[in-house]
Amino acid sequence: MSAGPRTLSEFMAQALAMEREAVERYTEFADAMEMHNNRDVAALFRTMAQYEGKHASQIMDQMGWTHAPDPPAGGFGWPDPEAPETAPFDAVHYLMQPWHALQLALAAEQRAEAFFGELAQATTSESVRRAALELQAEEHEHVELVRAWLEKVPMPDGDWATDPDPPRYLD
Amino acid sequence: MNDVATPMAVLTAANYKSGYKPIWCPGCGDFTVLSAITKALASLQLPPHEVAVVSGIGCSSRIPAYTTCYGFHGVHGRALAAATGLKVARPDLTVLVTGGDGDGYSIGGNHFMHACRRNVDLTYIVMDNHVYGMTKGQASPTTEPDWDNKLSPGGTGVRSFHPLVIALASGASFVARAFSGDPNGMADIVAQGMRHPGFSFIEVLSPCVTFRPEQREWKNHVHAAPVGPTDDAARAARRIMTDDGFNIGVLYAGDRAPYPANPGTATRELADFEAEFEL
Repeated sequence: MSAGPRTLSEFMAQALAMEREAVERYTEFADAMEMHNNRDVAALFRTMAQYEGKHASQIMDQMGWTHAPDPPAGGFGWPDPEAPETAPFDAVHYLMQPWHALQLALAAEQRAEAFFGELAQATTSESVRRAALELQAEEHEHVELVRAWLEKVPMPDGDWATDPDPPRYLD
Repeated sequence: MNDVATPMAVLTAANYKSGYKPIWCPGCGDFTVLSAITKALASLQLPPHEVAVVSGIGCSSRIPAYTTCYGFHGVHGRALAAATGLKVARPDLTVLVTGGDGDGYSIGGNHFMHACRRNVDLTYIVMDNHVYGMTKGQASPTTEPDWDNKLSPGGTGVRSFHPLVIALASGASFVARAFSGDPNGMADIVAQGMRHPGFSFIEVLSPCVTFRPEQREWKNHVHAAPVGPTDDAARAARRIMTDDGFNIGVLYAGDRAPYPANPGTATRELADFEAEFEL
């Protein structure tokens, strides 16, 4: 992790960027699943994108911003190439089921929670620390929500990825 | 009319995405390349009507339709020829060329070398997945010689094409490698390529999760180039020839003047061109 945000404004810009990246990725996933007629998972990713979009709007409102601040030179200094709440681009499959999508969401929320927790510990700014702890608590709520959601969807069978007409022949 | 200037709207990446949904396989690296291109355009605040995206044929060549810029989806391997003509005729446009390894290095291989040699101010983004994905998984010029599959049992046994070295030797004045798993880093490289005067070649490692699922491992292999770009072609060639193929970043940025040297502006009327072709 880089030195991290020094002011509340820098921190909230980082949090906003994280939410917006998550919106973009979930929207990509939803579009891709719609194209492959996997409508249940598409709808789920669309819902995830909406939730993250609401969080982004809340940050914009809270800060009184009309557009997102420019990223700092050199980027936001995420621990990985992408923001913690962004699901990996290659972690989807055209036959995936809601359970898989929720597992991706769970992992993303957990990464976000951990990120804010570490940032709260590392910062020397009291305003950043308070805001980071607040967002960490919010992400923890999301983790619990996704866990509750996971209990309502069936776990896939072992052959969930079997396609009778596969694009790739392995024989 | 008063003289108060209307504030210009800030363009975001979303302004460069069209309403057409990509039909790529879920998990394809090309999604994030599209994202990186739109982020790069937003970072440069280029109005979509001042940008043209030109492509050939293949999965990655679908990109023009997914942007709000002008687009030309041409014939197989000829994207650079079309883009060269466009840029010379309309030097005011920012011209991006997108495609894959089969389109660019095999069918369009000759155009690739000569586009590098001419050094027209284009940005060529090749999504390299070492396979012909659209036609169901044949070996491409960058496929490893021992890649064993049903269509080439035991592998082709043919040495892989090395696009970065070819680009450098042919005269490209900007050579970079990016990874689709890092769309933010890639956006920065693409923006640098667009700002660079002359032919900018950006090789993007973009996994094909359908026909080369093992390429998901690329994210564990890529790493930032240990040193910054050089303007010394010989030094760049040594670095590129000896690296592990996973060095990410701008590897060479030269200062050779682009062609044409003095592009001026497109002032000729259509009638002038028609007159030239009168029998």
